Amino acid sequence: MVDVLAICAFHAAYAHAIDSDELERWPSFFTERCHYRITHVENEREKLPAGIVYADSRAMLEDRIAALREANIYERHRYRHLLGMPLVESADGGGAVARTPFMVSRIMHSGETGLFATGEYRDRFVLQGNRLLLAERVVVCDSTVTDTLLALPL
Amino acid sequence: MQESTIEWRGPGFTRIPYGVYSGPALAQQEQERIFRGATWNYLCLEAELPEDGSFRTTFAGETPVVVVKDDDGEIYAFENRCAHRGALLALEKSGKVENFQCVYHAWSYNRQGDLVGVAFEKGVKGQGGMPASFCKEEHGPRKLMVARYCGLVFGSFSEDVPPLEEYLGDEICQRIERVLHKPVEVIGRFTQALPNNWKLYVENVKDSYHASLLHLFFTTFELNRLSQKGGVIVDESGGHHVSYSMIDPAAADSSYREQGLRSDDAQYRLKDPSVLAGFQEFDDGVTLQILSVFPGFVLQQIQNCLAVRQVLPKGEGRSELNWTYIGYADDTPEQRTVRLNQLNLVGPAGFISMEDGAVGGFVQRGIAGARELEAVVEMGGEATGSSEGRATETSVRGFWKAWRHHMGA
Repeated sequence: MVDVLAICAFHAAYAHAIDSDELERWPSFFTERCHYRITHVENEREKLPAGIVYADSRAMLEDRIAALREANIYERHRYRHLLGMPLVESADGGGAVARTPFMVSRIMHSGETGLFATGEYRDRFVLQGNRLLLAERVVVCDSTVTDTLLALPL
Repeated sequence: MQESTIEWRGPGFTRIPYGVYSGPALAQQEQERIFRGATWNYLCLEAELPEDGSFRTTFAGETPVVVVKDDDGEIYAFENRCAHRGALLALEKSGKVENFQCVYHAWSYNRQGDLVGVAFEKGVKGQGGMPASFCKEEHGPRKLMVARYCGLVFGSFSEDVPPLEEYLGDEICQRIERVLHKPVEVIGRFTQALPNNWKLYVENVKDSYHASLLHLFFTTFELNRLSQKGGVIVDESGGHHVSYSMIDPAAADSSYREQGLRSDDAQYRLKDPSVLAGFQEFDDGVTLQILSVFPGFVLQQIQNCLAVRQVLPKGEGRSELNWTYIGYADDTPEQRTVRLNQLNLVGPAGFISMEDGAVGGFVQRGIAGARELEAVVEMGGEATGSSEGRATETSVRGFWKAWRHHMGA
């Protein structure tokens, strides 16, 4: 049975991978076929399907990290994720559906810290062996505005 | 209003004084002479006003505007401002209304922007009320002329503006029609806050020279190379442009390798190429077409990834970029999935576009303390005309030709 503590531990490890610049580990939190999308509340309310990031395989997430490392130009910065308590909508021996609020600050190389995004993860977890993995994560941001660019994942 | 004191050296458009990207006096002049002047501002898509009474709030420059469809099937646009004390009339981004009523003192307006009701106009119990001379017809928010083309809705505050199709010209009209030849559907909207003056983003859109130099993704996957077949169209006014190219594997050459450019990295490959997988939907072979209309409208076709962009000034050193992603109403589910995947190329997190969000800020920060100096915009010579090659800044010069014309500078 997947419980709230297991989901909390998952979130902590996920956030740590991003915030400590171990981005290559980020795709490993997802199943091979998965859905990852970053959108905002207005698009969700109107059921508009596009995301500012849209992936339906772990390989696409790996490509994104490779692009960030090799191809894209952006100023050095890092995130700090603060995650709230998961609201577990359903859970059983095979997985869980949960939503978890987040706040992410962005720390620029110049030293400034600013609130970059708040919102909610809408997650569908599956248990593979004894590992919890994301089959789906829709990142629903509260704001419709993104400051300058979004490079690192949420 | 205090005149701005920007000095343009030389007669041409190859030197841009850095002073044009800051200064409150200049920003105010732009509002009056460009955004409320003889130009057409993009307001929204017809597809976003599906029913009688559907409205959207938007902007012409910094001026808040309501766009609404009335039951005569026409689209009307007027300032989003109550004629009484100036409060916003519509607070939501979109919705459906019978009429508009200001929340402050309940003055009401019909869908065409006419003032039709003043609360307690005759006073209460014979006391107060508006003077007998008050005439509702003489009061109302300023109205915009509205023109539609291929499902795009434009508005103008000026009666001196030429009709929309004349303003756009034949070549730009044809290139809009090429993409918007059948009904579209909105599939997502995102806003990017840019840390720079609006003109720096518009210049970036028009700058076909930077595209495959800044964006490794373009170059490495041969989406857009300056050596590909394509060209730049600039209209007579200079203010509108189209940059287009065609992917042609047979035409691969070594010009990038010879320049030793960072953006050419043969080692880099995608594990899941579905972000680039597409289908042919235009029979002219053009796989990339970026089109802009003065002052701040962009229509984009990058393979099957279609979007309109609205560039809005937000004070002298900030701007907002509104992305509206579209598909065709008759897309198959497979075609829609292709568009959703390809959208990874654009927008605030786009493999291509994320860099465009930042590079304007690099300029804005770089030119601090350099008001008396100027940018060099001489790639491809001094002309502002169309060009077969894309290693040129002809459409950037064209933008300044149009800007100086409207600003009287």
